[in-house]
Amino acid sequence: MPAVSKGDGMRGLAVFISDIRNCKSKEAEIKRINKELANIRSKFKGDKALDGYSKKKYVCKLLFIFLLGHDIDFGHMEAVNLLSSNKYTEKQIGYLFISVLVNSNSELIRLINNAIKNDLSSRNPTFMCLALHCIANVGSREMAEAFAGEIPRILVAGDTMDSVKQSAALCLLRLYKASPDLVLMGEWTSRVVHLLNDQHMGVVTAAISLITCLSSKNPDEFKTCVSLAVSRLSRIVSSASTDLQDYTYYFVPAPWLSCKLLRLLQCYPPPEDGAVKGRLVECLETILNKAQEPPKSKKVQHSNAKNAILFEAISLIIHYDSEPNLLVRACNQLGQFLQHRETNLRYLALESMCTLASSEFSHEAVKTHIETVINALKTERDVSVRQRAADLLYAMCDRSNAKQIVAEMLSYLETADYSIREEMVLKVAILAEKYAVDYSWYVDTILNLIRIAGDYVSEEVWYRVIQIVINRDDVQGYAAKTVFEALQAPACHENMVKVGGYILGEFGNLIAGDPRSSPLVQFNLLHSKFHLCSVPTRALLLSAYIKFINLFPETKATIQEVLRSDSQIRNSDVELQQRAVEYLKLSSIASTDVLATVLEEMPPFPERESSILAKLKKKKGPGAVSVELEDGKERGELNGGGDRGGDAAIAASNASTPSPSADLLGLRSTAPASGATPSAGSLLVDVFSEAGPSATSAGVNDDGFLRFVCKNNGVLFENQLLQIGIKSEYRQNLGRMYLFYGNKTSVQFVSFNTTVSCPGELFRSTKTVEPLVEGGAQVQQVINIECLTDFIDAPLLNIKFRYGGALQNISLKLPVTINKFFQPTEMAAADFFQRWKQLSQPQQEAQKIFKASHGMDTEVLKAKLLGLGTALLENVDPNPENYVCAGVIQTKAQQVGCLLRLEPNAQAQMYRLTLRSSKDTVSQRVCDLLAEQF
Amino acid sequence: MMRFMLLFSRQGKLRLQKWYTATAERDKKKMVRELMQVVLARKPKMSSFLEWRDLKIVYKRYASLYFCCAVEEQDNELITLEVIHRFVELLDKYFGSVCELDIIFNFEKAYFILDEFLIGGEIQDTSKKSVLKAIEQADLLQEVHTHTHHREKK
Repeated sequence: MPAVSKGDGMRGLAVFISDIRNCKSKEAEIKRINKELANIRSKFKGDKALDGYSKKKYVCKLLFIFLLGHDIDFGHMEAVNLLSSNKYTEKQIGYLFISVLVNSNSELIRLINNAIKNDLSSRNPTFMCLALHCIANVGSREMAEAFAGEIPRILVAGDTMDSVKQSAALCLLRLYKASPDLVLMGEWTSRVVHLLNDQHMGVVTAAISLITCLSSKNPDEFKTCVSLAVSRLSRIVSSASTDLQDYTYYFVPAPWLSCKLLRLLQCYPPPEDGAVKGRLVECLETILNKAQEPPKSKKVQHSNAKNAILFEAISLIIHYDSEPNLLVRACNQLGQFLQHRETNLRYLALESMCTLASSEFSHEAVKTHIETVINALKTERDVSVRQRAADLLYAMCDRSNAKQIVAEMLSYLETADYSIREEMVLKVAILAEKYAVDYSWYVDTILNLIRIAGDYVSEEVWYRVIQIVINRDDVQGYAAKTVFEALQAPACHENMVKVGGYILGEFGNLIAGDPRSSPLVQFNLLHSKFHLCSVPTRALLLSAYIKFINLFPETKATIQEVLRSDSQIRNSDVELQQRAVEYLKLSSIASTDVLATVLEEMPPFPERESSILAKLKKKKGPGAVSVELEDGKERGELNGGGDRGGDAAIAASNASTPSPSADLLGLRSTAPASGATPSAGSLLVDVFSEAGPSATSAGVNDDGFLRFVCKNNGVLFENQLLQIGIKSEYRQNLGRMYLFYGNKTSVQFVSFNTTVSCPGELFRSTKTVEPLVEGGAQVQQVINIECLTDFIDAPLLNIKFRYGGALQNISLKLPVTINKFFQPTEMAAADFFQRWKQLSQPQQEAQKIFKASHGMDTEVLKAKLLGLGTALLENVDPNPENYVCAGVIQTKAQQVGCLLRLEPNAQAQMYRLTLRSSKDTVSQRVCDLLAEQF
Repeated sequence: MMRFMLLFSRQGKLRLQKWYTATAERDKKKMVRELMQVVLARKPKMSSFLEWRDLKIVYKRYASLYFCCAVEEQDNELITLEVIHRFVELLDKYFGSVCELDIIFNFEKAYFILDEFLIGGEIQDTSKKSVLKAIEQADLLQEVHTHTHHREKK
């Protein structure tokens, strides 16, 4: 056991730690720990009152055991007792224990808060600091409630010691981050800002973190900090290395504070005041100049501290994006770092240049470093550096260098680390599409991509190449030729077979003139791959075959033979079997004309945002692809211009049934443009429903909403990642809704966060959910709702979480509709008609006549009307075909009686729906909602 | 801000863990395990920075110990590296040529020093003198106390 250097107090603890270290096995360790736990337990329970020292020692042992990774379920009370000890070390251990093992046990929290309160008012700076550290370490809401009012006072009081001010500033920051609603800065704002002028550098260093956070949230209230920060920065930058004494770090004056000042300034636009701005530009120039000076020390700490400031200054220059001179200087400086022998600097230079590349002033300057960056991609030994190089190449790519960059990225892909391949593939696909000048290059690139990294080519990538080939008739012949050649390879990736099948099925005729690629040769080539492929690909190939029968009548007999074979027509897979049977029949029954019509070439796809781009955004979060967003025009050219609004994503979200195989023909729905019918057969919808997650970022999804007007339970939303189930119950004007969030993946969702925003007519209370949803797990959230008065807008549920690093954002309408607050009312015919007549003013009635969109089955209709919440009245309407209902809508403000009449017309497949109620808005709303249900 | 700091040995033994945001125990264990694996697999000449989940990891090895910090997207990697170094200097100054054993046997001291240096994931003071003064004051109180107290018999 080594000699404990200072403050040796707890020999028993050292012995215990030593014992644990000597344990030969995990079992021995557990045994020793259990023995110790039993010992401590008996000591705590024993009759003899423990003195403070023993208590401290045992609490410290428990802490050690906990930090080893074992559970501790006692000792909290003893730790709390230590807090009120007047011996510093006992108090200190008590606080440490509480900080590490917070227990939300309300009784304890009250005791802890009491002890903290005492220490805060003790006027003993050491005790005050301990208490503040504890609050900052725990940072719970209860603590914020208890102390958020007191701490600002301590922070700005004239007689507070500097060390206490420092702790108070950061303690307040922690509370503000955890519970911003509880920390009210109003009256303190100006005094807090003026801490930037404090004489004590430590106070400024601590306070600036607080000020930066507050400024980023309330920039206007804190904007006076800009000029203060600039003058402070200017004083530091121009000071000699020895001026700041202990705040000089390896000859660099106050590097931490400098970085924080530069960071604070990034919360604001460039200063408007000319003098302030001039001073700041001077500072930035000085920092850039200093980078060129010879180092004052060979220590890495010196250069790190100096460069930390430099990088932060460059961030500020990029943030302002308004000083071309500084931007170009920054770029040159980073260029030097690109070849530095320090890996860290190369890494940071690549990272920083990525943002510089998006500025119009420095884009060209960044491009001059292309060879160095390509070299980094090829030769860096560290994958994280190579990743940065790939990111930078992507960011600096434009029309002038696209071919070079894409070629380099493709060749890098052959040896790229598995961890970054998928992202690389997406990037290559996007660049190829965005900067394609001729389409043959685009097609070549994508096919190469599939050849080199087929496993990492997601569905979106090959869907996209097909969309583009279909929309551009000048590339179709080339595409058919190229894909035909690619398919010659003995081992070719299944994605290649998919593209090949689709393209030859559509455009095989364009190369059929050449005897080397005659129809039969084409067919045999495709069919030679058939047996190695998965079911969805085989399904696609079958569709290609039937297209062949139309394109090349001479292949009909051969293909019919194939379709007729047992392995097709009796295939155990239903989809394959069905296709084989249907296509066989189609080819034998239909006349050439019918066949030609049914199997016509696919119509062009509507222009929409690239599904690949959506996928990359999903992977990297919204910030990562900002370049493309600004740059929509260029992509437009490739797709033939036109609007490229967000309708793609919306179309995708409408497609509720993603089919596993993209149907080549769209046989089952002959109107391919009607994206609204979510039929599994429609190709347009199909293609994008596969791209499911991209839809999640689309506006509000109210798909599920209308399905819940007449029912309370079911699946509200589902995509590839998440399923949201719903269960709700209503009584009078109150409702309770249970939301079940199911993680469909095997990876955990982090930062899972849901918010519900309600229209003013509804009141709700929500419990927050845990920020972590494990793979395969389901979490529940309860929402209580109170209907204050009648309403139209539904509450909005917003869900945010990170999946594999990418931010997911889903907005849904919660199916809370006015009819949920119906109380059924039974009444006789006479009563009904009497009331009906009473409600005869025109605004009290709402009526709709509409076509039946589902069957008119009586039982289904009844079930829906009951589901609406009203009473279904029998023998009231003289016409037995009609339905009448009555109910009262319960809101907090009033009750609204409501009568309903639904008249089906089976012959015309139409309905007439009439609503009467004492309130016009209610009649209209219920009528609108119900009309969508039949 | 810094989200957490970990000290672990080359053998993958966790020596110190400080979390600056509320995190469930189960998640802490998972993150520690995952991150240790990533960092320990890296070779000496590699960069001290890497992307991990939505965080930036900054780490440096001192003798047998890895100091590993997770910071946020907008944080400065180089200055974080020097946060680590300053913490090492503080430990070194306090223990006198600090080694892993000092941190094992005096883990509570290591936590106290860290608390004087960083609060809520932000720097409280960068002056070595100020931080050590705070710690030494505390020790002074402790020594006075231990001399007057019975030594434990064992």
